[in-house]
Amino acid sequence: MAQTQLRRPVESGVPDNKQFMHPVLLKNYGNWKYHDRPRPGVLHHVAHGGDEVWSVRAGTQRQMDIHTIRKLCDIADRFAEGHVRFTIRSNIEFMVSDETKVAPLIAELEANGFPVGGTGNSVSMIAHTQGWLHCDIPGTDASGVVKSLMDELIDEFRQEDMPNRVHLSTSCCEINCGGQADIAIIVQHTKPPKINHDLVANVCERPAVVARCPVAAIRPALVNGKPSLEVDETKCVCCGACYPPCPPMQINDPEYSKIAIWVGGKNSNARAKPTFMKMVASGLPNNPPRWTEVGEVVKKILYTYKADARPWERLSDWVERIGWPRFFEKTELPFTKYLVDDWRGSRANLNASTHIRF
Amino acid sequence: MAKKLHDTPNLDELEKGPWPSFVTGLKRLAQDNDMAVDLLGQLETSYQTKKGYWKGGTVGVFGYGGGIIPRFTELKDEKGEPIYKDAAEFHTLRVQPPPGMHYNTDVLRKMADIWERHGSGLIAFHGQSGDIMFQGATTDNVQGAFDEINELGFDLGGAGPAVRTSMSCVGAARCEQSCYDEAKAHRMVLNTFVDDIHRPSLPYKFKFKFSGCPNDCMNSIQRADMAVIGTWRDNIRTDEALAKKWFARHGMNELVNDVVARCPTKAFQLKEIKDVKKGEHISSVAVSDTHAVEIDNHDCVRCMHCINVMTGALSPGKDKGATVLVGGKRTLKIGDLMGTVVVPFMKLETDEDMEQLVDLGQRIIDFFAENALEHERTGEMIERIGLVNFLDAMGIDVDPNMVASPRMNPYVRTDGWDEEVAKIKAKQQAA
Repeated sequence: MAQTQLRRPVESGVPDNKQFMHPVLLKNYGNWKYHDRPRPGVLHHVAHGGDEVWSVRAGTQRQMDIHTIRKLCDIADRFAEGHVRFTIRSNIEFMVSDETKVAPLIAELEANGFPVGGTGNSVSMIAHTQGWLHCDIPGTDASGVVKSLMDELIDEFRQEDMPNRVHLSTSCCEINCGGQADIAIIVQHTKPPKINHDLVANVCERPAVVARCPVAAIRPALVNGKPSLEVDETKCVCCGACYPPCPPMQINDPEYSKIAIWVGGKNSNARAKPTFMKMVASGLPNNPPRWTEVGEVVKKILYTYKADARPWERLSDWVERIGWPRFFEKTELPFTKYLVDDWRGSRANLNASTHIRF
Repeated sequence: MAKKLHDTPNLDELEKGPWPSFVTGLKRLAQDNDMAVDLLGQLETSYQTKKGYWKGGTVGVFGYGGGIIPRFTELKDEKGEPIYKDAAEFHTLRVQPPPGMHYNTDVLRKMADIWERHGSGLIAFHGQSGDIMFQGATTDNVQGAFDEINELGFDLGGAGPAVRTSMSCVGAARCEQSCYDEAKAHRMVLNTFVDDIHRPSLPYKFKFKFSGCPNDCMNSIQRADMAVIGTWRDNIRTDEALAKKWFARHGMNELVNDVVARCPTKAFQLKEIKDVKKGEHISSVAVSDTHAVEIDNHDCVRCMHCINVMTGALSPGKDKGATVLVGGKRTLKIGDLMGTVVVPFMKLETDEDMEQLVDLGQRIIDFFAENALEHERTGEMIERIGLVNFLDAMGIDVDPNMVASPRMNPYVRTDGWDEEVAKIKAKQQAA
């Protein structure tokens, strides 16, 4: 029997970025002196030897069709110098070595629907996950939440009017691929998984599923004469950890998979050490196509922070100064018993002092 | 011409508004691509029912065990046939980006052309692990797409219990805060582990990330098993012309409230020029004819705040390198963990320095492979066995830089104390 010859992969790993790099960046590699921002969306870097480069940053939809990619390439060829890079938040940057190219490049980007901004103390593009478009376990659609919110926050993307930079993220389940952020939007399931006992034995490696549960709520059981799994619903924290290894343990629910809002995460070491974000709201409906209720809470927190924080306070720094009682008061969010931590190490999150602001 | 579009009243709402719309992009693809037509159909169904309809499976390319994310539709009619048959298989190729995510238009156009021939035409720049995600190929087309992407000089990323795709910041290519050659470290480390990337056989995922300074633009401390974050040991550098320019523009209120008051260790002081201390560990620079800032670099924790605010006037020192932290991850299973310091400082200038970094990565992965439980990340493993046992295995001495504070409870057996003290003394004498 004739066999098609399969091509062996070249295990080349990470490609060399120097082949794609703007020549001014390549020439001054490791030799930059400082930068400033002539306007929002533009970074101006100066090398020790005097070379200068302007980078114009624009927002994208991240999930890009090839026509959008070609359009961005056309703009890069006609108005920039043929080199681009992407930021971790899916913004695109065009580098030019001549200041006079900056204004026409910005005009062309804006004319084609790519907002210029996302630098300095702005609200940058939302880090996001795959959602219904491509994930196998999603509770919601990240791209839609992001599009809806960025439509409303686009002015904050274009300006640098925030006290400090604001990073947002969205995640379609509690695994939180979107990561730590100043404000994060994360699915929060509120009911234990619904188990299809007919499928468990064939689909799931049962001991692995039992081991996956953070609260030991899952145990093997015979159900209707078939080997399956059962969940102690009084223990279950509805995290959904059992669902990826065992799809018959459906955790997503159109009504009971809610959305929670978290605040105060940051990765940077600037000022305070990096911080994890804290849950401040939950029970919001998962309401496509525009997730209005989620947007309202995010905007309330964002604009309260904008109005109240001092210059250079990240959201976590702001809360550190005003305290959590005032955070909830100012944002008009209810502080419920579910926001008192009881996971391991949680005593560190209680107020073991008389430090109380009146 | 593709087949007719399905009605998508929900998705149509996402074409409104000023931010770039992924729905508009999908509809443009759907003009001549049946897969995009049916993808829109399935996605609209999700928007109506609030359910996802993809399941995983086994799809790969010849020679590799990972790097493809298989997706098969679960949205089927009563006969078990896919309702949206042209998107019934919608696999993703995860492709490793160049460090700093630099591209020229030539390579981007070639990627678009490849994906027009073999896939849906939808590409994400980039996924949360940093991969370029070529989204939407049938099982039959995956190999052909990969072959062309591979010929272009790109390789698949990680998936499953493997070394995962990495990211590094723009770094030395364009940032004055860069403390090491992030791209070189990224490539040297990751390209050592191509086998562990392509053939998933670890207890769970293992992520490296490379940030050039403590601003950690790659979010490495929170999401990398091994985070390499640039820092420096000597004094913050100053530039009087730029300091005066900054002060002239921003004034005393901003200097005091936004910089001096925000220094986390109060290492940064404002002084009259006549009172500025001199000393080996002092950086100082005049901001006006009467006033200067004075930084005691011994107390400075290299947080970056003053440098971020007064860019150019202040900059990282010259004795640069990196801090290595291990064990960062998000919630599942035991809760969030930040990476913690295992190497307070290492130089990353010469090839030998870089090889030390690669070697550390190799030893950590070897230990992880041997000792972690299934589906346990490094942070969880270290939580379970204790940092000291991990350091012992790595041959790394304990260092007070590794802790926020010494132990706060007496529950430890200390009968080896004198021996440990003797070892430390012997090392000090040998040094």
